[in-house]
Amino acid sequence: MSSLYEGPVQNLVDELGRLPGIGPKSAQRIAYHILKSPTEDAARLADALTEAKARVTWCQTCFNLAEGAECSFCRDDRRDRTIICVVEEPRDIVAIERTREFYGRYHVLQGAISPIEGIGPEQLRIHEILLRIEPEGVEEVILATNPNIEGEATAMYLAKLLKPLGIKVTRIASGLPVGGDLEYADEITLGRALEGRREV
Amino acid sequence: MPGLYRDEGIVLRTIKLGEADRIITFFTAETGKVRAVAKGVRKSGSRFGARLDPGSHVALQCYRGRDLDVVTQVETIDAFRSVREDYDSLVHAAAMFEVVDQFSPDREPNPSLFRMLLGALKTLNSTPSPVIAPAFFWKVLALEGLAPLLDACVRCGESDGPFPALDLTEGGVLCVECGALGGRRISPEGLALLVMLLGGGLHIVMAEPPASVVINEIEILGVHAVEHHIERRMRSAALL
Repeated sequence: MSSLYEGPVQNLVDELGRLPGIGPKSAQRIAYHILKSPTEDAARLADALTEAKARVTWCQTCFNLAEGAECSFCRDDRRDRTIICVVEEPRDIVAIERTREFYGRYHVLQGAISPIEGIGPEQLRIHEILLRIEPEGVEEVILATNPNIEGEATAMYLAKLLKPLGIKVTRIASGLPVGGDLEYADEITLGRALEGRREV
Repeated sequence: MPGLYRDEGIVLRTIKLGEADRIITFFTAETGKVRAVAKGVRKSGSRFGARLDPGSHVALQCYRGRDLDVVTQVETIDAFRSVREDYDSLVHAAAMFEVVDQFSPDREPNPSLFRMLLGALKTLNSTPSPVIAPAFFWKVLALEGLAPLLDACVRCGESDGPFPALDLTEGGVLCVECGALGGRRISPEGLALLVMLLGGGLHIVMAEPPASVVINEIEILGVHAVEHHIERRMRSAALL
């Protein structure tokens, strides 16, 4: 496969093929698309890549993606400093922001504890959250890691670490997805939905 | 043999696949280790939900594929909720899953190992104890025909103790003289615990657990013994 194309084309296919979820066939298809498109379109893509890589770093406070030292959430003084919502990845912030229900700040762990993969707390931004509690006057930490086994393990570990500090530690609720069928709900989800039921 | 089949299995691990799917590794009662794709399982409205998280004991229906099967239906038999909701139990369970995963070739039935894993999970769920995982490591080694010789020196055959060392390559304890030349150190309490665990005395050990330093010793030796036989590092051991 490697010598079928001219040098620059092969380079482009190889580089595209390194991206997650892009196999050799998809890489070829995207490469052909780029080569067939106008020069300015390709230049815009190249500029976007270079600019994003040059300007975007990790926020030094919450480890979200940021342009500069701090991300827009940490810079925004209107947001509540006393509540921190802990998420696994920057894209989880986008999901929470879409709800328009949360006005505090975030902390991105950049992953989750995975006993099966051998990913431990020291490989995540867990220590950094402890350093934020006192200086920022944090009163509540919301654990919004994914409700799967890795996310639960991370939430349990964080709760064990944060509770002795005397702050309120909460976990996002688990339950039935709105628009779903009760009949198809698994036992753990339905069990938790019953535990977390509330008076109407 | 294409087509649908039913079995019961324990989820050993899951790997993300594409946008919303996962590849699930099951250890099943009748077929052994099977890898199957669960489509859409990462979406919040998935009909599989939490049933396919590691550690779930499920009744499953799959469509046999060329390499990977496809999960079509799953029903929970036991979700082992106490294991899921306790960090230490979860870490121990993860290590047991990795041992089973590493010792099991694809589609090779091993009903004894299945029963052993299910039993260990049930015990961990009802009466969590740090001794369950190390006991499991050593019992899996014994089941695979790799039980260490514990009542005589594996090198010279000397049957009078003490035996201060354990040689993983030779597969047994070493007397004072042979132990001076190599092997890993093992304390008399550690050796007694190992003899007890391999002799089927887990329930006695759990009723009167030894000091945690002794359990740790046997756990570390168990991890080394497993790693010696699978010829790679156990990823989950980092968190034990």
